[in-house]
Amino acid sequence: MLDIFDILGPVMVGPSSSHTAGAVRIGRMARALLGCQPVEADIGLHGSFAETGKGHGTDRAIVAGLLGMEPDNLDIPRSFEIARQQGMELCIHPIQLREAHPNTAVLKVRGTNGRAMVLRAVSVGGGRIRVEEIDGTAVHFAGDYHTLVVRHKDIPGELSVLTRELSNAKVNIANMSLNRSRRGGDVLTVFEVDQKIPPVARQLIAEIPGVEGLTYYEKEDA
Amino acid sequence: MALDGMEEIIAAAEGTGRPFWQVVLDTDLEERGVTARDSLEKMRHTWQAMLESVLTYDGQRRSLSGLAGGDGALMDAYAQKGEALCGAYLQRVIATALRVGESNACMRKIVAAPTAGSCGVLPAVLVPLYQAGKASEEMVLQALYTASGIGAVISHRACIAGAAGGCQAEIGSASAMAAGALVSLRGGSPRQIGHAVAMALKNLMGLVCDPVAGLVEVPCIKRNVVGAVNAISCADMALAGIESRVPVDEVIDCMGEVGRRLPVELRETSLGGLAVTPFGKMVKEKMESES
Ligand code: SF4
Repeated sequence: MLDIFDILGPVMVGPSSSHTAGAVRIGRMARALLGCQPVEADIGLHGSFAETGKGHGTDRAIVAGLLGMEPDNLDIPRSFEIARQQGMELCIHPIQLREAHPNTAVLKVRGTNGRAMVLRAVSVGGGRIRVEEIDGTAVHFAGDYHTLVVRHKDIPGELSVLTRELSNAKVNIANMSLNRSRRGGDVLTVFEVDQKIPPVARQLIAEIPGVEGLTYYEKEDA
Repeated sequence: MALDGMEEIIAAAEGTGRPFWQVVLDTDLEERGVTARDSLEKMRHTWQAMLESVLTYDGQRRSLSGLAGGDGALMDAYAQKGEALCGAYLQRVIATALRVGESNACMRKIVAAPTAGSCGVLPAVLVPLYQAGKASEEMVLQALYTASGIGAVISHRACIAGAAGGCQAEIGSASAMAAGALVSLRGGSPRQIGHAVAMALKNLMGLVCDPVAGLVEVPCIKRNVVGAVNAISCADMALAGIESRVPVDEVIDCMGEVGRRLPVELRETSLGGLAVTPFGKMVKEKMESES
């Protein structure tokens, strides 16, 4: 899905599209999926993110994203200071993962709403990212679409109820994937959709029996 | 149509009498389902950000590592003295490439074109023309469509990331985009754009990616200068009627092939080239001891 503005762009704060712009997007993704500003963030950096992250401002960029900044925000270099002012507690450290992409980050975040989440994401180049894991369940999406992640029980018919709710809201599904973690009986279903999902529709989905939680990422405006 | 080959764009342009940039714009409208107004507005926003990245340069800024900053100001001061070997346009081009490359290293706002490491090449050739009144905004925007179409083809057939294909894929692609943009701006034919792209890529073929301490600073910033100057000479050659003997799409495919054959040490891993010179190692150790 490379368009000409992926070639001429993004407009971003330097120095690296993968280590800076992509890192901001990872932070933004975590914030969006959490649904609020994190009060606590434990940021693990793997591979090249750990080795050259400091010089590229990868750490500051992820925090900037957690604060809701976009990749072209000139305050990115000051994000640590801003996070401190806003009472966000930070712990940033290198990690070693097995067989992971060199630009991988694992974010453990807890929000003002008390909600906690673990996100594993990769910066794949050119400022583009991919989410690989949410709360230990493998997923696969890039934030190219508005994305709804639903955690629900593994019961027959659940999917058809979910898709019916989306179609009632006139939301067209571009991609869909079911991700089952090995243990518990939970499923993470990821819907990538063409239209924004209105809050009411999300509320209705959240109330479907068997649905245990839902997170929503709204794509940056093009 | 998809932006899969230079030949296809050139044929589409020649077949319908549209300029090269128009074919790229029309493709964008098709692919993203937007109006011409939306697309042009986005391109204008992109151009404004490029311009800003040049104008908000401050020679006092230094990068986090302390390695980058100040060279754009040195070039400006030297040009002022009137003793430079090259003419007024090239002096501005060199200074502009340095300004944007340094701004990127200092975490200022830039436009990746096609990457952040090579962000200085396109503004370096376009902004001085614009500032001197030799190119209107409309002409610049058209040149940017040409450039992005070229970049899309290179990205499709080969690659545009140092990690994938070495610096020939970053600075080389940026240089090819800039060469094509200049030919387009000067009213060259679609075929001449193709020759300029081919020559620019050939001239930088084999360039390795070897950033010191893994940072987009050394040698990246000054390579933006060489990418820009190469683009100008190739554009002038193409406009003079000089042709690339190897067809442009073959050159692009070949660049991709050379990239794949570059050892991994020379593809952004900082395990070879300038990164492992005694100086390079010293910087890396210094960065590590500070973190
Ligand atoms: S040396 Fe590598 S990082 Fe630097 S500009 Fe070239 S490709 Fe980019």
